[in-house]
Amino acid sequence: MTKAKAPEPKGSRKKSSEECQAGDVSKEVARRAYRSMLEARLLEEKLAALYRSGKIVGGVFLGRGQEALSVALGVQLRRGDIYAPLIRDQAGRLAFGDTILDTLRTYLGSSLGSMRGRDGNIHRGRPSEGYHAMISHLGAMVSTVCGSLMAKRFRGEKGTVGATCIGEGGTSTGSFHEGINLAAVEKLPLVVVVANNQYSYSTPNDRQFACSDLLSKAAGYGVVGRRAIGNDLIDCLAVIGGAVAAARRDEGPQLVVADLLRLVGHGEHDDASYIPDALKKSPLGRDCLELARQALVDKGWLTLDEASSWQEAVEKEVEETSSKVLREPVPDPTEEDWNAFASLGRSLQQGANQ
Amino acid sequence: MSAITYLEAIRLAQQRALKEDHSVFIYGQDIGGFGGAFKATKNLAKEFPGRVLDAPISEDAMVGLAIGAAIEGMRPIVEMQFADFSTCGFNQIVNQAATLHYRTGTPCPIVVRLPSGGTPGSGPFHSQSMEAIYAHYPGLVVMTPATVEDAYTMLLEAIALDDPVIFCEHKFLYYHLKADKLPKFPGEELPFGKARITRPGRDATVVAYAAMVHEALAAAEELTHDGYDIEVVDLRTVRPIDTDTILASVARTGRLLAVGEAWPWGGVAAEVIARVATEGFGLLDAPPQRLNAKETPVPYHPALWGTHRPTAPLIANSLRQLLEL
Repeated sequence: MTKAKAPEPKGSRKKSSEECQAGDVSKEVARRAYRSMLEARLLEEKLAALYRSGKIVGGVFLGRGQEALSVALGVQLRRGDIYAPLIRDQAGRLAFGDTILDTLRTYLGSSLGSMRGRDGNIHRGRPSEGYHAMISHLGAMVSTVCGSLMAKRFRGEKGTVGATCIGEGGTSTGSFHEGINLAAVEKLPLVVVVANNQYSYSTPNDRQFACSDLLSKAAGYGVVGRRAIGNDLIDCLAVIGGAVAAARRDEGPQLVVADLLRLVGHGEHDDASYIPDALKKSPLGRDCLELARQALVDKGWLTLDEASSWQEAVEKEVEETSSKVLREPVPDPTEEDWNAFASLGRSLQQGANQ
Repeated sequence: MSAITYLEAIRLAQQRALKEDHSVFIYGQDIGGFGGAFKATKNLAKEFPGRVLDAPISEDAMVGLAIGAAIEGMRPIVEMQFADFSTCGFNQIVNQAATLHYRTGTPCPIVVRLPSGGTPGSGPFHSQSMEAIYAHYPGLVVMTPATVEDAYTMLLEAIALDDPVIFCEHKFLYYHLKADKLPKFPGEELPFGKARITRPGRDATVVAYAAMVHEALAAAEELTHDGYDIEVVDLRTVRPIDTDTILASVARTGRLLAVGEAWPWGGVAAEVIARVATEGFGLLDAPPQRLNAKETPVPYHPALWGTHRPTAPLIANSLRQLLEL
């Protein structure tokens, strides 16, 4: 058997020295980031188990392998910022303030969850708290975040950042193009992180786009481009931290592109057999969680004992929360008001039959 | 006071909203210094600096921006240059704006203004009537004002509503209709969601909206020469649809003709007939009828266009047939 050569990831290049300045990474932020990554990984393992046992209906979409990139954005946003995560952003969501409890409630359809069984899985958020709830149509959230930033500009609020994430496949949509162009025209403090995980569901990059480097899009739109190493937590924190800080200083939109590999299928129904073994064994396929733990230990920012006690604590929290949510009420169709309107009460509906 | 056109009423409603509510802003192509393709925002950018903004040619992002701003408490108005181009923003309207409150409990108070309907020479891509498509989606309010006064008060109502509103303003009425003065407050004459009996009658009911109300009125006038007294109901909003007023009218007349400028398939006229057939079958003395545009794209040449859509003579013919059934 001949040894397959690892394919060269397409749509990216090695980092070059002239690229934008990255921020400093603090011990405290790196530890919080690692903790959220760990929570995301263990929570998602539970979600997969609940899916396999038939407790979760629909689908389960995991971010395994993308936690470092995801968390690097979520952990560097703060209250008052706008965040529109996408499908593989469990780590970023938890770092931004979402909880294990609400994630489980949304996946299991608990009527106590933020989506009350009306929407599920990764389609969750609390828009009135700056945490947008994605729709499935890729690229759509870019302009929505722009709108929230415009509202803050109208009100004279400064120092706020809006951020969203997308995959390389999403960069092919018209919505993505329109949203980034608009952000550039308005010079909005927007950070867009592109996770180039080499496959859009099953479609490889050579069927997705023809440019040699996705980052070259930044120049086309007139926004700042930055490159991160997608499975290197410290690099992601530095690069995205630099992007967030620049946006906060009102230096305009920032586009971050990072190469990585998703270490699971598109959803739990997908075995990802289309991803060649050689790519999985390449540096791109290295597990960001293990790399992050090692990096933090090497820096003396985390001990292995701490790492294992965190692991135990998170496993316990996930188990207990899951048991609790499984006992919670599910939506009752007879009590649902079946009204999609905010301002049309029952009286008008009955009189006018909508 | 000089006569106020339907178009000027829309401009004045936006001016008033900008003045009275600091959360209102307007976003659309060429609406800033240029004042809009139809001048519906003439001078507003100057009067309200920074709140009447030119957008790139990006209908999807225009609506997305409005949604994001509405989440943060603003009340954006998006001007589509023509209703036809709202298809490029369709995803944001039907999948994000329409679903937001149901999914998350956060209201989405945006207004998307659609300069709608046909005018001579406008052709397939500057003439469409999109109300039925948007009314199909739960969560969207769809308004179709037929008078100068309604264009003014209903736009103010639309801005105040907590739901996304598709405001179908009719281009054919922009300059044709005039009023001496405007009502002071919305809801003075009729509350939101109520249809109007524009012309009372006893022999048949025509349910219409937007420009078709005026064609129906002219047809009703023509039928007075035949000795018939036709009732004309103006829906005003197509969603919510005021089924009560329609049924009450049909109870009086026993005959129904539903008229729409849009295509018949799955349209507002079809919805009116479905509701009367299911909820008021016993009120009917004859099978309910509908009259819509011909089932082709809207043609360019005025001779073709004038026959493509329902006009007073065509409505009068349909009524004569209905009255003989």
